[in-house]
Amino acid sequence: MITRLGSWIGKHLMLTLGILVLIYMYVPNMIVALMSFNDSSQSRNLYTFQAFTWDNWLNPCEPQGMCEALQVSISIGLLSTIVATTIGTLAAFALVRHRFEGRSTMNLMLFLPMATPEIVMGSSLLALFVAAGFGGQLGFWTILIAHIMFNISFVVVTVRSRLAGLDSNLEKAASDLYANEWQTFWRVTFPLVFPGILAAALLAFSLSFDDFIITNLNSGTTVTFPMFVWGAAQRAIPMQVNVIGTLMFIIALAIVIAGEVMSRRRAKGKAAAF
Amino acid sequence: MSLADGVRGDLKLTGLHKRYPNGFVAVQSLDLVIPQGSFFALLGPSGCGKTTTLRMVAGLEDVTKGSIHIGEQDITTAKPYKRPVNTVFQNYALFPHLTIAENVAFGPKRRGVKDPKGSVKEILALTELTEQANKKPAQLSGGQQQRVALARALINRPDVLLLDEPLGALDLKLRRAMQIELKRIQEEVGLTFVHVTHDQEEAMTMADTVAVMNEGRIEQLGAPYELYTNPHTTFVANFLGRTNLIKGTVLGREGSGADEVVKVDMHGTVASIKASRVHTDAKEGWVGIRPEKVLIQPEGQAIDAPGAALSGAVVVDVSYIGVSTDYVLRMPWGQEITCFEQNTGRRGGLIPVGTKVDVSWRPEFAFLLDSAQDAEAGIVEED
Ligand SMILES: Nc1ncnc2c1ncn2[C@@H]1O[C@H](COP(=O)(O)OP(=O)(O)OP(=O)(O)O)[C@@H](O)[C@H]1O
Ligand SMILES: [Mg+2]
Repeated sequence: MITRLGSWIGKHLMLTLGILVLIYMYVPNMIVALMSFNDSSQSRNLYTFQAFTWDNWLNPCEPQGMCEALQVSISIGLLSTIVATTIGTLAAFALVRHRFEGRSTMNLMLFLPMATPEIVMGSSLLALFVAAGFGGQLGFWTILIAHIMFNISFVVVTVRSRLAGLDSNLEKAASDLYANEWQTFWRVTFPLVFPGILAAALLAFSLSFDDFIITNLNSGTTVTFPMFVWGAAQRAIPMQVNVIGTLMFIIALAIVIAGEVMSRRRAKGKAAAF
Repeated sequence: MSLADGVRGDLKLTGLHKRYPNGFVAVQSLDLVIPQGSFFALLGPSGCGKTTTLRMVAGLEDVTKGSIHIGEQDITTAKPYKRPVNTVFQNYALFPHLTIAENVAFGPKRRGVKDPKGSVKEILALTELTEQANKKPAQLSGGQQQRVALARALINRPDVLLLDEPLGALDLKLRRAMQIELKRIQEEVGLTFVHVTHDQEEAMTMADTVAVMNEGRIEQLGAPYELYTNPHTTFVANFLGRTNLIKGTVLGREGSGADEVVKVDMHGTVASIKASRVHTDAKEGWVGIRPEKVLIQPEGQAIDAPGAALSGAVVVDVSYIGVSTDYVLRMPWGQEITCFEQNTGRRGGLIPVGTKVDVSWRPEFAFLLDSAQDAEAGIVEED
């Protein structure tokens, strides 16, 4: 009996392991989703499930300051993503496609911010802002500048690897087939690099949305969502935080699924759509 | 009016020269005229500058010196997308994000053809790809991808189609089948094909004219028969099949006009070589003879060839291949030469190892090469 079980597990080891890993990864999300339906008014113990309620979902902005903080985080996330993705993508093209003086130095310098501990970067930035006379104006804009800064490195690295894997003969083939420089870029280069750019943008947004240490040091009186949660956790986390957490998870999931569906549909190739 | 609508004509390369930024000279003063509508092969070993030459014609690589013309038009510095030239790339370079039909329609759409659907259908039928029209390149086999690359270029009806080792990635059987296919398509569409390859058999079976390239230069140019039977250098002699090269000393010339011959002393035996097949002015030379032209007989028996026979050779190896037999003979001066003999049944058996034989050949098949050239140049490893 036991040996039978053993061989069954052996046969299904990969599957079993895979399922275990998935459970390990998604249990926290499930708990968060569950807790978003927790009725916390009954007890002071916030970390156990008391009773089911829709209240948290119906009044997500009830805790004071939470939705404002969320709005700040989303704005900074979107803005820093757009700016960093644009600059980072251009930098990646320059680094891969052009041989210029100081190219390897530039490569290293773009990598360094990723390797620097956040606490070091955060405090250096703070020192810089204060020294430059912005000590009194810490807030939305200083956070945004900081986020754009560290995001650029991640975007460059992500886009660069995609671009480096691109066969340069494809662009040669395009120009051989009567596409001028502009058409070659939009018809061949961009569509092939786009998944890399998209991945970079998603990464940039989540890094920005998530960041606490650098943000906290340069925020002045502005409160971002992670800062709000941190502050609230000192006393009692409002159950609505779980609502936001669940929402973010669902949105991320939706984006991934949409991407998958789109690429599958394109792979199938709709009836001669040329 | 774009160059792509230009009048057709011969492709003419004049003094073409390519030096890469690192100083390496890949192509040196290349002069070539490729007649319109011909199937032309550029044959040479790996690294001899074939791809570089094609890229210069396509406009994908700058020309260092010299010029490129199609008919009367100078296209030396024209942008690649303005040249009436298309390329089948060495590794196909199909667009992975587009379907086969979209890949094929890429050229016509860039040139502003309103509705390329009809011509796409036609070219897909010609290359037997109709079934694959809506698949992505990654879903096709190597041979199918190769045909897509061909269709994608052919649909534009370029003045010149450049094919860079288009069959290099295919296995032998598929390669032979595609050679016939390519030849058929070329005859059907009547475009100028410039076919690059390092496979001498491929070049000889497919092309009207073959240019043998070595270290950035053209060694010799001509019809396959001409190249094989009358090579001008040891490199060409060895690169296009096997050859025996025997050291000889030039004694002098006899006769005149078409009958003029050069007398050469090979280790004591005098051979006559037609003047049109002599490619050296020096006192010494390599007497070249293809193995299948070498005739042998056991010592003392009559050989079916006029002129003197080399005597004193010994058979050291016999390989029976069914249709023919390969003999390796050791000459009295120590050199080994090979002889391929058709098994017509006339001999009624094989000549055993150790037999003393006389060696000769019909004088019109021999050629004389410059003895300063390396006798081993261009020898290809059997694969
Ligand atoms: N960008 C470059 N910079 C410097 N040298 C180069 C460059 N491209 C090619 N070469 C050199 O030029 C020579 C000719 O290269 P080319 O690609 O034309 O050879 P090929 O005849 O097509 O060979 P193969 O049969 O292997 O494809 C080679 O020795 C190669 O190393
Ligand atoms: Mg090549």
